[in-house]
Amino acid sequence: MISANLSAIFYLTSGVLFILALRGLSSPETSRQGNFFGILGMVIAITVTFLSIGNFSTGFVYVLIFLLIGGLIGAFIAYKIPMTAMPELVAGFHSLVGLAAVFVAISAFLNPEAFNLGSPGNIKLGSLIEMSIGAVVGAITFSGSIIAFLKLQGLMSGSPITFKGQHPLNALILISIVIVTYLLCSTQSSNLFWILLTISFLIGFLLIIPIGGADMPVVISMLNSYSGWAAAGIGFTLENTALIITGALVGSSGAILSYIMCKGMNRSFFNVILGGFGAAEQSSSAGNKEQRPVKSGNAEDAAFLMKNASSVIIVPGYGMAVAQAQHALREMVDTLKKNDIKVTYAIHPVAGRMPGHMNVLLAEANVPYDEVFELEEINNDFANADVAFVIGANDVTNPIAKTDPQSPIYGMPVLDVEKCKSVLFVKRSLSPGYAGIDNELFYKDNTLMLFADAKKMTEDITKNL
Amino acid sequence: MEIDPFIFRLSIFILSIFIGYYVVWSVTPSLHTPLMSVTNAISSVIIVGAIIAGLAGNSESIFNTSSIFGFLAISLAAINIFGGFLVTQRMLAMYKKKKKDK
Repeated sequence: MISANLSAIFYLTSGVLFILALRGLSSPETSRQGNFFGILGMVIAITVTFLSIGNFSTGFVYVLIFLLIGGLIGAFIAYKIPMTAMPELVAGFHSLVGLAAVFVAISAFLNPEAFNLGSPGNIKLGSLIEMSIGAVVGAITFSGSIIAFLKLQGLMSGSPITFKGQHPLNALILISIVIVTYLLCSTQSSNLFWILLTISFLIGFLLIIPIGGADMPVVISMLNSYSGWAAAGIGFTLENTALIITGALVGSSGAILSYIMCKGMNRSFFNVILGGFGAAEQSSSAGNKEQRPVKSGNAEDAAFLMKNASSVIIVPGYGMAVAQAQHALREMVDTLKKNDIKVTYAIHPVAGRMPGHMNVLLAEANVPYDEVFELEEINNDFANADVAFVIGANDVTNPIAKTDPQSPIYGMPVLDVEKCKSVLFVKRSLSPGYAGIDNELFYKDNTLMLFADAKKMTEDITKNL
Repeated sequence: MEIDPFIFRLSIFILSIFIGYYVVWSVTPSLHTPLMSVTNAISSVIIVGAIIAGLAGNSESIFNTSSIFGFLAISLAAINIFGGFLVTQRMLAMYKKKKKDK
């Protein structure tokens, strides 16, 4: 058994190592070292916890068994999961953090002596408040992430689910959470504790169902943030520095990512969270649907255009992930490079279903990360490029965002794809994207539509090069 | 007058939010997905609470309601810790620079 002061120092150390883990991600070269620091911090935290309890009896064996079960499941998932399923995986992991926070809060509520928080029915007020916050946020994280997971996995419709009185209902539940927490703290009633957990699970579920599939980058980031705040709440209850530091880091990380994602869509956070974007706009655009002529081509035409280009910019989007076209795409690019054509990739901040989604897929397909550029870095290059190859992206290339103040996506930063000499647009049909509006780009003279599955089309082009 | 230790923890918390703010803004956008998976892994340091809860059972009964929730939380957090760090490592291993021989 080690002293409380010594273990506090070790917890501080693991907190610092976690900061270094995030710091490492500032560049791909240092990132692997950062991940190692994270693992080290975790090992220290767990070891110190064992040593500070100093109880190596039968209970210890069970702790190891449960740790091992979880570890094996986790390791198995980590090695098996395809990279395209990363958004679902992250959402699933968030739900586990939330549920773990809830379980720890339940344990602490039922057996406060073990945590030095008082006795059942007589828990220290401060601890009870912290515990309730941790439990509430944890429960919201859990049920919200489950919904996000189901939507991303396609087990639940990605379109927003809205009903009358949704917002007043949510507001009512949020107010009752505050009231029940207050009552719980004044009466210490365990019934109120269970009620609090139940309504928190419910609100997490209700908050996420009205949010559409393509807004998932914001939702995942937001739930990431919540899982941090839940951990921090439990950290205060347990008076554990490592947990408090980590909770704060993760909480602000998720908040920043949500902000970046909202900015990438030029929408306010509340606009996204209140949901219903896709559904509302689709009905408005359905009225003035007109058939306008588009130029469409086949793989041969596309190959011809690219062969005669000297620079090509690839614009990937969620469709590439769905079609699993990243490997085929890289093969096409390899062929282009053999013909001395300069190829770069342009990534919009909200391309895909989570922050950085496209980057991971391209990295998986062995695309060097110094050929991949963010919107601000590459947007001026479109004017000098010969061909833009849009694969699976749509709304993020729509020039209407710059020209039509009436458009729902007006003001959203878009890739200046139309400035290229010619645009190749791989798409299955002319159907509008998530925002439910027509893409002006389809009807431009210099646009050639390639109607096909992204993967198949890319492979066919490679054959024709 | 003594300062409540809670205030010290609150100070750590507030300062960590600021550290998080600056550190996360310096993360390159191409690594935002690994950022999410690694934050997932480190927030599972909540396992320390789960271990305390799991070991709290007395010698006669290792399993009581409180410790069972503790044991379950250990498994959940462990899935995240192993899964989170390993999947991050797998992703980061894929980020390669252009070969110089061109």
